[in-house]
Amino acid sequence: MRKRKERIDRGVKARSSDIYALTGVREMLYLLFPRAIPVVGLLVFIPLLSPYWREVFISTAVYALLAISWDILVSAGLVSLGQALFYGIGSYFAGALNHYWGLSPLWTIPLATVGGGLLCTLMLLPVLRLRGIYFSMVTLVLPLMLLRLVEATRILGGTEGLTGLTPFPSPLFSLYFVQIALLASLFGFRRLMGTDYGLIIKGISDNDRSVMSAGINIYWYKAQVLFLGASVGAFTGAFGTHLDMFAGMPGFALDYSIMPVAAAVVGGMGTFAGPMVGAFILVPLSEFLRALGALRIVFYGLFLVIFVVGLPEGLFHYIQRKYEKFERWVVVE
Amino acid sequence: MNRDESVILKVENLTKSFGGVMAVLNVSFDIRKGELLGIIGPNGSGKTTLVNLVTGFVKPDSGRVEYRGRNITGWAPYRIVGLGITRTFQMVKPFYQLPAFKNLVVPLSSPRVKRLAGGRYGDRDAVALDLLEEVGFERDSRVSYKSAASLPQGYLKRLELAKNMALRPDLLILDELFSGLSLAEVASIVPIIEKLRLQGKTIVMIEHRLKELFRIADRVMVLNYGEKIAEGASDQVMEDPAVKQAYLGSET
Repeated sequence: MRKRKERIDRGVKARSSDIYALTGVREMLYLLFPRAIPVVGLLVFIPLLSPYWREVFISTAVYALLAISWDILVSAGLVSLGQALFYGIGSYFAGALNHYWGLSPLWTIPLATVGGGLLCTLMLLPVLRLRGIYFSMVTLVLPLMLLRLVEATRILGGTEGLTGLTPFPSPLFSLYFVQIALLASLFGFRRLMGTDYGLIIKGISDNDRSVMSAGINIYWYKAQVLFLGASVGAFTGAFGTHLDMFAGMPGFALDYSIMPVAAAVVGGMGTFAGPMVGAFILVPLSEFLRALGALRIVFYGLFLVIFVVGLPEGLFHYIQRKYEKFERWVVVE
Repeated sequence: MNRDESVILKVENLTKSFGGVMAVLNVSFDIRKGELLGIIGPNGSGKTTLVNLVTGFVKPDSGRVEYRGRNITGWAPYRIVGLGITRTFQMVKPFYQLPAFKNLVVPLSSPRVKRLAGGRYGDRDAVALDLLEEVGFERDSRVSYKSAASLPQGYLKRLELAKNMALRPDLLILDELFSGLSLAEVASIVPIIEKLRLQGKTIVMIEHRLKELFRIADRVMVLNYGEKIAEGASDQVMEDPAVKQAYLGSET
């Protein structure tokens, strides 16, 4: 009996993406396994951890959501350095609604998600025509400007911020809430990019003049993508606000802008899963390194450099490639 | 007013300069419905800029573009496409990440296609595969499914043409479709263009391959240093002393 090696995914990928004809349990498991990892990991494994680590993973999920919101913008060729803008706007939006009008999180979070998303889209609409670094510069500057605006005009609580906001019912509730939102945006955006709509978005980042000459108003599509990304960011801000029971100037902090980019670079851009993986490495890592005190940033930076140099495509792309090349022995007739 | 109804595109005194260089200077011409107009001229004579001006990719300094009696000067490219004017790019612009047939899904998702199809898009993948077959992607080979990045130049040019055809245009502007192709490849594309003419499409071709162009063009216009120096039937135009000088250099 002769045997030879065969790729496990032979035909599975093509059939599953086109005609959805799988020939057995083994093929279904092959496709299901990578998708089950985040679901089981987030909803089953993480809630079993100690309260301290659960809290770490709440902030990990926050950064992962921001990284996904960064990634959807990149899919349309918009390189943002200002996720803090979305986070801050969402945070103040929910905080103000709760503080001044006494609305419960049940209302503030959806309102801040849509309203904050719209507000950010309107703010960035004039610069949507800018490409590459020029768009990035504006997104980098805007949150810093708003930060000083709040400080100088003392609106929305000024430097004190808005305090005493309604908290979530329990820590476990917060954990599940943010993780379900994370899974929903991960799978939702991945599905979206697989549709014809997603194809146009990819086309814009690939070659915007070609999309223009196909009779499509690229600025309308870019605005839509911007709204999607900004909404996810604003949701994150609104969530963070009720989690900390506080909305204030730290919402515009540079951390929220830099971390998503670092996560996307480590994890691999353009896949939504990549930036999420990146966030789930970087945020807990920075907690681990806390023991090192002042040297923490040195090691953290070192890790980033090694990663970017050693695996420039990003971790997720690498794993995906290896997974698709997985081989098994089959009998040759 | 007595307007000649058969003129669909009217260009008047179009001018564009790039930092002191006159790319296009006072160019006027008409295109009549169903004709094939060739635009020729030496390198840098402003042919591609002219296309960019007409299709909205570049805004003119002065002058006027009128399509079916409507002033479209300075309109955004996607709106001009919406009227039925499409163009190909001299440097092909496929979506390299996508398989060839998925490239056509983008134009097939445009508002114009939806409008012409009565408000529905239908099965875009199937339409895309049909279109590719029309421009010479062999149906039984896998070439339509290959990523655009792996296709040879000849196929990319055809893909560029198919992207235009997907938009169901009335006026096609083909910017050096034949450049970089072998004689055999050109010979295989010519029948596609002739078929488009039989369907009543109006076509403008910018070309350097004069022999192939003259065989199919009704009329030829010659540009040099951004100015129109001659216009007429192809054999006439080449006899023009100004054209001879532009192509062969001064005789002094």
